[in-house]
Amino acid sequence: MRSPLRVSVTVLAAIALSVGVPSAAGPAKPAQADDKTILHVLNRVAFGARPGDVDRVREMGLTTYIERQLHPERIADPQMAEHLAGFVTLNKSSRALADEYYIPVQRARQQAKAAAAADPTMSGAPPKTPEQMQLARQERTIVLELSQQKILRAVYSERQLEEVMTDFWFNHFNVFANKGATQQYLTEYERDTIRPRVLGKFRDLLGATAKSPAMLFYLDNWQSADPEADARRQQARPRARALFPRAPAMPENAARQKRGLNENYGRELMELHTLGVDGGYTQQDVINVARAFTGWTIEQPRQGGGFRFEPRLHDMGEKIVLGHRIRGGGGQSDGEEVLDILAKHPATARFIATKLVRRFVADTPPQDLVDRAAERFVDTGGDIREVVRVILTSREFLAPEAYRAKVKTPFEFVVSAIRATGSDVRGAEALVGSVRQLGMPLYLCQPPTGYADRAEAWVNTGALLNRMNFALQLVGGRMRGVEPGAAPVAPLLAGQLSETTAATIAKATDPRQVAALTLGSPEFQRR
Amino acid sequence: MFSRRVFMKNGGLALLSLGFAPAFLARTVEAAGARRKILITIFQRGAVDGLNMVVPFGEQDYYAARPSIAIPRPGAAESAIDLDGFFGLHPRLAPLKPLWDARQLAIVHASGSPDGTRSHFDAQDYMETATPGVKSTPDGWLNRYLHAREHADATPFRAVALAGQLPRMLQGTAPALAITQLGQFGIRAGQASEMVQASFESEYAAAADAVLHRTGGQAFDAVKMLKSADPAKYQPENGAEYPRSAYGDALRQIAQLVKADVGLEVAFAEAGGWDTHVNQGASAGQLGARLDDFGRGIAALARDLGDRMADIVILTMSEFGRAVAENGNRGTDHGHGNAMFVIGGQVRGGKVHGRWPGLAREQRYDGRDLAVTTDFRSVFAEVVRGHLGVTDTSKIFPGFSDAQRVGVIGP
Repeated sequence: MRSPLRVSVTVLAAIALSVGVPSAAGPAKPAQADDKTILHVLNRVAFGARPGDVDRVREMGLTTYIERQLHPERIADPQMAEHLAGFVTLNKSSRALADEYYIPVQRARQQAKAAAAADPTMSGAPPKTPEQMQLARQERTIVLELSQQKILRAVYSERQLEEVMTDFWFNHFNVFANKGATQQYLTEYERDTIRPRVLGKFRDLLGATAKSPAMLFYLDNWQSADPEADARRQQARPRARALFPRAPAMPENAARQKRGLNENYGRELMELHTLGVDGGYTQQDVINVARAFTGWTIEQPRQGGGFRFEPRLHDMGEKIVLGHRIRGGGGQSDGEEVLDILAKHPATARFIATKLVRRFVADTPPQDLVDRAAERFVDTGGDIREVVRVILTSREFLAPEAYRAKVKTPFEFVVSAIRATGSDVRGAEALVGSVRQLGMPLYLCQPPTGYADRAEAWVNTGALLNRMNFALQLVGGRMRGVEPGAAPVAPLLAGQLSETTAATIAKATDPRQVAALTLGSPEFQRR
Repeated sequence: MFSRRVFMKNGGLALLSLGFAPAFLARTVEAAGARRKILITIFQRGAVDGLNMVVPFGEQDYYAARPSIAIPRPGAAESAIDLDGFFGLHPRLAPLKPLWDARQLAIVHASGSPDGTRSHFDAQDYMETATPGVKSTPDGWLNRYLHAREHADATPFRAVALAGQLPRMLQGTAPALAITQLGQFGIRAGQASEMVQASFESEYAAAADAVLHRTGGQAFDAVKMLKSADPAKYQPENGAEYPRSAYGDALRQIAQLVKADVGLEVAFAEAGGWDTHVNQGASAGQLGARLDDFGRGIAALARDLGDRMADIVILTMSEFGRAVAENGNRGTDHGHGNAMFVIGGQVRGGKVHGRWPGLAREQRYDGRDLAVTTDFRSVFAEVVRGHLGVTDTSKIFPGFSDAQRVGVIGP
């Protein structure tokens, strides 16, 4: 990565292409893959093919393409900054977002509520005054810009695998934007916690999420304390109060709740982030993990503050976690020790390998591949790039049975339709609405499980009709902010259209109908 | 109107010969012997103040704790509507009184969650998954009910949320629909709609992909079914008048679906605006306006459905109640126990069920809130057993073995 080659790579890539050229990444192998295989890879490593992508990958060689994508830092992505230039929140700190959006909106909302309530003539739904509409808009800005960013990156970024992995890991370490103050931390969470580590070491990613205010808030660990701590803290009370000066009526009423142990993070950390539900931990492990993380809290949680370890909240006793003894008298290191134990646990390797194989290969992951991926996870100390490489170069991944084995999520469907048609996205706000309507509101998945990665979750009657309607809207130029592209879509399905679909499409005379009938077809719902 | 009854009367032949009758409709006809039970759930999101909704006017502590927002005892102007000499309805809920008198409205007071969270997010989550304290439950309890009652006659309209998004309660692997406007359910391509729809339909009909083939088929069946029901022409019966609100619209469309005989088994609607921290009002004001909308909606729905209410239960819920004492802003902060309504022809109505814990300080939860004496899952489970007829509810309410007998419905 630090080699002098990097400069030439960047320059070449910047000049030459849009898929990410091989050049210095290693000798380009002769292109042998057929178009079907190339399309398959583009459907999994990327968010589907754009016009011309197949030719570009064929030219550089499939192996080279995959290797390039495994090193996003070597791919120049000059266009991306332009696409994101109009957004005002994406580069801001959580503190700034709290100051500029979260706090003023909470305050103004309380005032508006009080004013409206004081008016006895008011009834039912609050009236939509221009100020209130502005307020509602301001409140939505953080999540809305983040969502637009997510769509634009998935459509335009040359670092497609990085986008796929960012989507994967955010979903794995899911947080929900609408849980109180979580939203002010979201931008930073994806940008600084997740994205830089998506192909790095798992332990590093795990540790970063454990300390992220987004996760600490979402899974309540910031409030978790040694039950004995309250007694010890009597004299410290005035300071604790001062953390919330004139707090706008807090939805969680945190200040009133009795402090005590909160097992929420401890449980999800094992069940969802590392070992998996069958990972062999007990309720006693949950309690001890929660005890180890007491004191991992947030400095000024409603004002965008960062991670802080608060020794006064920490349970200093000894803890036994999954048979490992964590000595008493520790501090922040107790939590770090737990993360070490979990990251090294064989169940974690299996769980992560299974989820990755499910994402890239099939809903029912081939066991042999899972085993090899898990083994690689263990051998490399949880090197995600190496695990993904094992998957993407496996025979299972490249086998024809894997082609179109996955049903697209609503997000994947929308993005792949834009890419396939070569449409031009000038504003992604309407697309954010479409993804929501299709049943997958971005950053708004409530449970910590994240969105499901299986066909059953996404195939239902209403959603299917909505997909067809989205296709019609898109190609008909009725999607605000999107200039529909006229690229023929059928070739991207690489001869996999059924005879009936092909015949049905052939009957349509209007090219837009042709495109809609292709994007809405059963074949295009899969990747 | 194209209902199962009409369809059966005409033998269905005319429609079948036009190649028009959806496959599942034919199945529905075969199964028409069994009367389908329907559950309509209504979520009051934001935590309604149960103590002002169903007023314990017999409690002196109630009046002591709420100097500016208490609902006066029956007899005064704008006072509580006496139910049983101890409890009364908020005056804006007058439209529900006839249901009470007809013994079709049961109330479960001091009901709620065993979990003490005062977070809207967590408490709604717990209520909708019916697993208090467990956040990682992947599906909602109504979805698990759908699984517990899988049958061959299921239609795409089996479970419908009249809402922008599928609520957590209905999320899961069993199919469920979220619709805001029935009239817009279908392929929208302007003048070409019919042609485009036919094209899509043939694509999915020929799909080798089993999942998409089946679901696509159901989708187009559903579209045709709704079109025959002609939602645009709907006229409520018995003089029912729905409030003009998104909530009122949702309830009206639920009635439409019930009457259209499209196989509805579970419906969902929601009403918001209950988070009254500031200037809640008493008989009039903020909460009064919300309850007016809420009560008129339910009254209209029950009136519109008429005799059909014999096979229907309407169940209302809210994530938690509000503190007994009013706060410094003439509002109420997040509390604990609350009141649920159970409405229907077979309900043991005209009674406030559940043990009343009292409002004296030492009787309260955490010294401040109405205590919970009936787990909300006991109410859910009783409706599932007594109304929907599922005997084993262990998969629907995992980890909940100590359901109490509430007595609102069932043998």
